[in-house]
Amino acid sequence: MDADPPGPARSERLSAFAQQHGALVTLVVAVLAAWLSFDTFMTTDNTQNMAVSSAFLAVVALGMTFVIVTGGIDLSVGSLFALGGVLAAWGSQYGSTVALLLPLAVCGLIGFVNGLLISRSRLAPFIVTLAAMLGARGILLAATDEGSRTYLVDKDSFFATLGQGKVLGVGAPVWITVGLFVAGAVVLRRSRFGQYVYAVGGNEDAAALMGVPVARTKTAVYTLSGLCAGLAGALNAAWLVSGVTILGSGMELEAISAVVIGGTLLSGGFGFLSGSLLGVLLLKVIQNVINQIGSLDSAYQQVVSGGFLAVVVVAQTWLGRRRRVL
Amino acid sequence: MPALPVRSAEVLSVAGLSKTFPGVRALDGVDFTARAGEVHALIGENGAGKSTLIKVLTGVYRPDPPTAAGTGVLTYDGSEVEFATPLEAQHAGISTIYQEVNLVPLMSVARNLFLGREPRGRLGLIDFRRMHREADTALRGLGMRVDVRRPLRELGVGAQQMVALARAVSVEARVVIMDEPTSSLEPREVATLFGVIRMLRERGIAVIYVSHRLDELYEVCDTVTVLRDGKAVHTGPIAALDQLRLVSLMLGREIGDVREEGLTKFSGGHDAEAEPVLRAAELTVRHLLRSVSLTVRPGEVVGLGGLLGSGRSETAKAIAGALPPDSGRVVVAGVPVRTGSTPAAIRAGVSLLPEDRKAEGIVPGLSVRENIALAALPGLSRFGLVDEARVDRVVDTFMKRLHIKASGPHQKVGELSGGNQQKVLLARWLAMNPKVLLLDEPTRGIDVGAKAEVQKLIDELAGDGLGVLLISSDMEELIEGSDRVVVLKDGAVVEELGGDAVTEDRLLRAIAAAPAAPTHSPSAAPSDSPDARDAPGDDQAPGDDHD
Repeated sequence: MDADPPGPARSERLSAFAQQHGALVTLVVAVLAAWLSFDTFMTTDNTQNMAVSSAFLAVVALGMTFVIVTGGIDLSVGSLFALGGVLAAWGSQYGSTVALLLPLAVCGLIGFVNGLLISRSRLAPFIVTLAAMLGARGILLAATDEGSRTYLVDKDSFFATLGQGKVLGVGAPVWITVGLFVAGAVVLRRSRFGQYVYAVGGNEDAAALMGVPVARTKTAVYTLSGLCAGLAGALNAAWLVSGVTILGSGMELEAISAVVIGGTLLSGGFGFLSGSLLGVLLLKVIQNVINQIGSLDSAYQQVVSGGFLAVVVVAQTWLGRRRRVL
Repeated sequence: MPALPVRSAEVLSVAGLSKTFPGVRALDGVDFTARAGEVHALIGENGAGKSTLIKVLTGVYRPDPPTAAGTGVLTYDGSEVEFATPLEAQHAGISTIYQEVNLVPLMSVARNLFLGREPRGRLGLIDFRRMHREADTALRGLGMRVDVRRPLRELGVGAQQMVALARAVSVEARVVIMDEPTSSLEPREVATLFGVIRMLRERGIAVIYVSHRLDELYEVCDTVTVLRDGKAVHTGPIAALDQLRLVSLMLGREIGDVREEGLTKFSGGHDAEAEPVLRAAELTVRHLLRSVSLTVRPGEVVGLGGLLGSGRSETAKAIAGALPPDSGRVVVAGVPVRTGSTPAAIRAGVSLLPEDRKAEGIVPGLSVRENIALAALPGLSRFGLVDEARVDRVVDTFMKRLHIKASGPHQKVGELSGGNQQKVLLARWLAMNPKVLLLDEPTRGIDVGAKAEVQKLIDELAGDGLGVLLISSDMEELIEGSDRVVVLKDGAVVEELGGDAVTEDRLLRAIAAAPAAPTHSPSAAPSDSPDARDAPGDDQAPGDDHD
C-alpha cells in the first residue's frame, strides 16, 4: 500500500486519519476495555472462538468491500453463505473437492448473474441482489426439504480439517482468511483491476471515457462477492461439520456494516480491505462483550451494533462533508 | 491565405456520417478529415453536433448504419474501422480531453494519469514508484508541479484539466481531441496548453480542437470545420476567414445582421436611482470571503469581476443561502433575510442560477416541464396538490418567451443542448417571480447564438425591474452587460466601477493593481494558484450541506 501523502491542512489530515484509522483506534480501545473488565475475555478459548467466527464474516466482507468500492451493494451474500454451507455439506459425501468446489461454482454463478444484470441490463444492485437473496434462500429450502434435513460432514475428511484444523494453535479458517485478505489487498491496491474498481466507484462516466471496462469490472466484483460468500459458507460448514440452513440471515447487513465501519464509503470510490477486517473484528468483539455480560439479552448485540454503525455513518458523512467526497 | 500547399496525410476521417437520436438528427451526412500535424478547429452552436461528432469519433456513440456505399464509415489510418467502446478508440491511438473534467476525483493524480495503462512490474502488479516518477515527469513537462500521490480533487479545476491533458498526450496518440479545453483554465495555463498543442503538431499528431473562444482558434488552429444543425457547412483554412465570417457561418446569418447587432446583445444603461432591491453587507466566510458588501437596484445589472477563485461564486452562494456566512447581512427589498438558508432566500425573492448547471441545476432525467416547475411547485399547488393546468400555462409561457428548443414540454432535459438546458434553468427561477436574479456564468459553454439570446434575455429581465447580479469570466459580457462592476480579489471587494468607468482597461487595472495576496511566479505549483485554492476552500465550507 502506498502511503497517503500529506494533505494540505491539519483538519484535512485529521479527518483523513479518522476515516482510515478510526476503526483501528476503536478496536484497540474496545479490546482493552473488555480485557480489563472481563477475566474471561482474553482467554485462549475465547479469542480462538472470536477469531474463527470472525473469519467467516470477514471472507464475506472481503467480497463486499470490492462491491461497495464500485459504489454497489450485495444483499445476496447472507443467503449465499447459507447455501454455500449446505451445498458443501451435501457435496462432502462425494469427496472434499466437491465439497469445496460445488458451493464456489453455484455461488460464483449466482454472483456472476447478479453482475451481468447490474452491469449489462443496468438494473439497480439493490434490487438485483435482493432478488438473488430471496431466490437463493428458496433454493436452500428446496434442497433441504424446507430446512428439515441437515447434511453432515465426515469429521475425518480433508474438508472438515479446513474448518476444524489448527496450524500453530490457530484455526485453519483464520489462516485462510488472512491469506485471502493479503491477496485481496494486493489485488485491490496493486493490480490494474483494483484501479478499475476504484475508478468505477469514483466516477463511472469518467472511468468509461478513460477506457475502463466498466461492465466487466462490475460483473467481476459481484462474482467475487458470490465466490467469497460461498467459500465462507463452505468453511463454516466444515467448522460446524454440518450444513445449517438457518445461518446467514442478516449476514449481508453485518458484512455491509463491517465494511462501512472500516472506512469504506458507501458511495464508492474509496475504501480498503484492512478497514473491513477491523470492522469485522470490532463487531465480533462487541458481540462477545455483550455475551460476557450475562445479564444482557443477546438481542442487545444488534442494538449496540446498529447504534455503532449509525455513529460511524454519521461520522463518515461529517468527515466526507468536510472533504466533500464526491 | 491560400490553402496549405501540401496537405499532410489523412489520419482520421468520416464521410457522410449521420447519427440519429430519438426525435433528433444530431449529425446529418457530415464529412470530416483530421490530418497529421494539423490542428483542426471544430466549431458550431450548441446542438450543432460537435459533441456528437466527437463521441462518434471516440467510440462513445455508434454512427447510424450507412445508407449508401461509402457513407457513415470511419476511416482511420487508411482502413475502415468501427470503435465499439472508448477503450478501442484509445488503443487505436485516439485520445480525448472532454469539456468537463472526466477523471476520478478520489483517486490520486498519478492513478488518474495512468488508469488502464499503469506501468507494471513483477507478477503484473503496478509499479507505483515508476508510475509516480513518470507522472511527475509528465506533469513537469506541462509546467505543473504537484504531489502526484495526492487525490485529484485536491487540485483546482484548471489543474485537473491539465492532468487530463497530460493523460491525453502521454499515451501514444495519433489523434488528440480537445473539447473546450480552456473553459476552466487560467491564462497562464492556456499558454501552456497552446505550447502543448504546437508540440503535438510538430510531432505529426492530428489535433481536433473544439472551442467557443474564437480568438483561440486563430492562435492555434490551421483548419476549421463549421457545423450547423448537424451538417458540416464549411471546411477550410482558418486564416482565410475572419471572425465575423466565422460567426455568420455558425449562426447561418448574413454578416450584415451580425455586425449591426454586435457580438453581445446587451443594451446597457439602467436607472440607477431606485432604492436597492438587494443589499449584502459585510459577508464573511472563513477562507473565502472577507467583508463583501454590495447593492443591486431594481432594473440594474451589477457585474462581479475578478479572477477565478476571487470569491465571485461564493458571494452569490452566500447571498442565495447556499453558503452560510460566518457574519454579514442580506437585505432584500428592505427585509432582512436569514442567511445560510436557501428556502429563506428563495422566499425573499432571490434566485441563483448556479455555475455548474450539470451538477447543481438541471435534473436531466426529468422533462422540460418538470424541471421548470420544480422550484415553483409550492406556489402552483393547492392543498398540496399540483394545479396541472397552471403548471402547463407557466411552462408554456416560459418555453415561448425563452425560445427553449425542445420537441415539447415532455422531452427530457438531459437530451437538450447546453444552451437550452441553461434556458430551462433560467425559466425555473423566473417562474418563482424573483426580485433578484444571481447569474453565475450564465453563458459558459453555450454557443454564440444561445449566448446572445441569454444576454438579451438578461437585459430584458433587468428592463422589467429585476435586480441582476452577473458573474462572468467573459470580459466583454461583463463590461457590456453590467451597469456597474464590483471587482473582487481574494474574497474582498477591491473596487467598484460605474458608468463610463466600466471598461476593459479599467477592469483589468482594478484586478491587477489591487493589493494581492502572495503572488505566484510562473513556476509556482498550480496548487498554489488562486484556482487551486478555490476548489478545496469551497469544499471546506463549514456546514456546507446542500448535497
